[in-house]
Amino acid sequence: MQGFLDIFDIYLLEAVVNGILLGGVLALLALGLNLIFGVIDVTWICYAELVMIGMYGMYYLVQFYGLPYWAAAPLTILLVALLGAALHYIVIAPLLTAPPINQLLATGGVLFILQSFATVAFGIDFRNLGIRLPVLALGEMHFSYSRLLSFAAALIGMVSVYFFMTRTYTGTAIRAISQDRQIMSLMGVDTKRIYLVTSALGGALAGLAACLLVLQYDVHPFVGLSFGPITFLICVLGGLGNFVGGFIAAFVFAEIISLGGLFSDLEWGYVLAFAFFIVMMFIRPAGLFARRS
Amino acid sequence: MNTRTITWAVGLAALIALPFVYRDPYHLHILVLILIWSFAYTSWSIMGRFGLVSLGHGGFMGVGAYVTALLWNHLGVSPWIGIPLSMVAAGVLAVIVAYPCFRFRITGHYFVLVTLALSGIVLQVITATRDYTGGSLGYTPNRTKGSQLLALQFDDKTTWYLIALFVWVVGLLIWQWVDRSMSRYAMEAISDDEDAAAAAGVNVTFEKLKITIISALMTALAGALYCQYQMFISPDTVSGIAVSLQMVFAVIVGGVYVSFGPTVGAIITILLAEFLRIWFGTKAVGWDNLVYGVLLVLFIIFLPKGILGSVIDRFRTQPRKAVTKPVAKPAAS
Repeated sequence: MQGFLDIFDIYLLEAVVNGILLGGVLALLALGLNLIFGVIDVTWICYAELVMIGMYGMYYLVQFYGLPYWAAAPLTILLVALLGAALHYIVIAPLLTAPPINQLLATGGVLFILQSFATVAFGIDFRNLGIRLPVLALGEMHFSYSRLLSFAAALIGMVSVYFFMTRTYTGTAIRAISQDRQIMSLMGVDTKRIYLVTSALGGALAGLAACLLVLQYDVHPFVGLSFGPITFLICVLGGLGNFVGGFIAAFVFAEIISLGGLFSDLEWGYVLAFAFFIVMMFIRPAGLFARRS
Repeated sequence: MNTRTITWAVGLAALIALPFVYRDPYHLHILVLILIWSFAYTSWSIMGRFGLVSLGHGGFMGVGAYVTALLWNHLGVSPWIGIPLSMVAAGVLAVIVAYPCFRFRITGHYFVLVTLALSGIVLQVITATRDYTGGSLGYTPNRTKGSQLLALQFDDKTTWYLIALFVWVVGLLIWQWVDRSMSRYAMEAISDDEDAAAAAGVNVTFEKLKITIISALMTALAGALYCQYQMFISPDTVSGIAVSLQMVFAVIVGGVYVSFGPTVGAIITILLAEFLRIWFGTKAVGWDNLVYGVLLVLFIIFLPKGILGSVIDRFRTQPRKAVTKPVAKPAAS
């Protein structure tokens, strides 16, 4: 073990592990977005803003109403799930037959609405939960418990989605619809209901991500912009609608950001990630794991 | 001389004469902003109308603004040389991103998201190189004393109004030129069906690239002009995803298939933003954007052809068929 550690710089290893931990949450976000895209064929540009609202939900439930963290989290997840369902019902459903670009722009409008709603309702101050979890020291490396917890919870979230998708009737119907949109309504599946359930599920995943991110980052109305774009890139790199691809791409991106941030500023980590994305688009235009049709 | 030409000439003459008759500085300022943004929106619509929905134009605009300002401040290069250089930079960037996209048939959602990444990169690079660009705090080109032609800095609004008017007219002329060129037919064929267009002898990659480069060059010019006029730029006002979305929205609101659509979009969105800003004042930050966002969503749901497009449709006896077709197709899944 010691020899292994000697080969790698201790900080490098720390960055690698932190990258993996970050990747868990990013994978969760990518899963939610992929789910929406795969089933409803819509890209929610405002996905990260749902997370932002969820983070505010956590903040107010914990700080204002004094709920313990474990009680506030399910409420937040429920809140964002309802928000996701409402988003579908109010904005997407009337546009289902509209050109895809209009659906995209409508959710872009929702992005503005959610951001300015947060500005109006909560102000532009940076807020945090005030929960400081201890730091785990492993040898000379330091990992915050909040990241470990996030990683574990993200994994549990993804596994439960997996079981939901494979073991329940609704989950099976969701997967079937993502394979063939037209035929499922002929098979007696209520497409509208499935879309609504999927949107709620996507919202719930955003809510879970919010509960985890609020442990590590301050909330402000524009916090969505700091991880929203990266989530889209992950989904595209993994192949839109491809769950496994998104999962792997999330870790690739998280490592690039984490390692890039180690050698320079965090922004350069993001620049590297973006540049890597563009280069990958040249090599694998339809995503990392595209099957050639 | 037909009536159309006369209407154009009279309208243009009235617009040129306006600042000499009417001198309210605030209203002139709003007019200059409308003209500059109209030009930017027109540049977006040149490719947007063919289903090439780019969210990377914030990036091109940022390059235009920052390259011009950086060259002026650090190397003392006059904007007269700096602006063409910044346009070349944006053009090169456009080729680097767009060529592989078109070559490898990246369309629909994928194209939107790749260009979105471009906006993101430009924004992050500006923020990361804060030693030179001032980062997110913004950047100011070095001021000269008074107006100076060489530095492209003018104190009076009238000069800026005329410059912006000129550029706006040039933008419309380019739009018309594209509209009447063979490229338009090629691009419409491509947006309907790439394979069929290629089979009919259209060089798909080349045509798309041509349109994209024209659009990127114009957008960079808009960014540089905005920088020279406002004398202050920040990553949030000239680059990034918010600016890209703002462009797309304004064009959709105005109407993407008519030459004056982007201009109408600029007038409506800027006036609306100004009106809401004054209406709500500073006591309630965010309300203006909230109303703005709600209106945009309503527009997209109920008036997808844009205001001008819908009005024209109503008056036209035989509506053009192409108007209702989807502008982008989902990528092959």
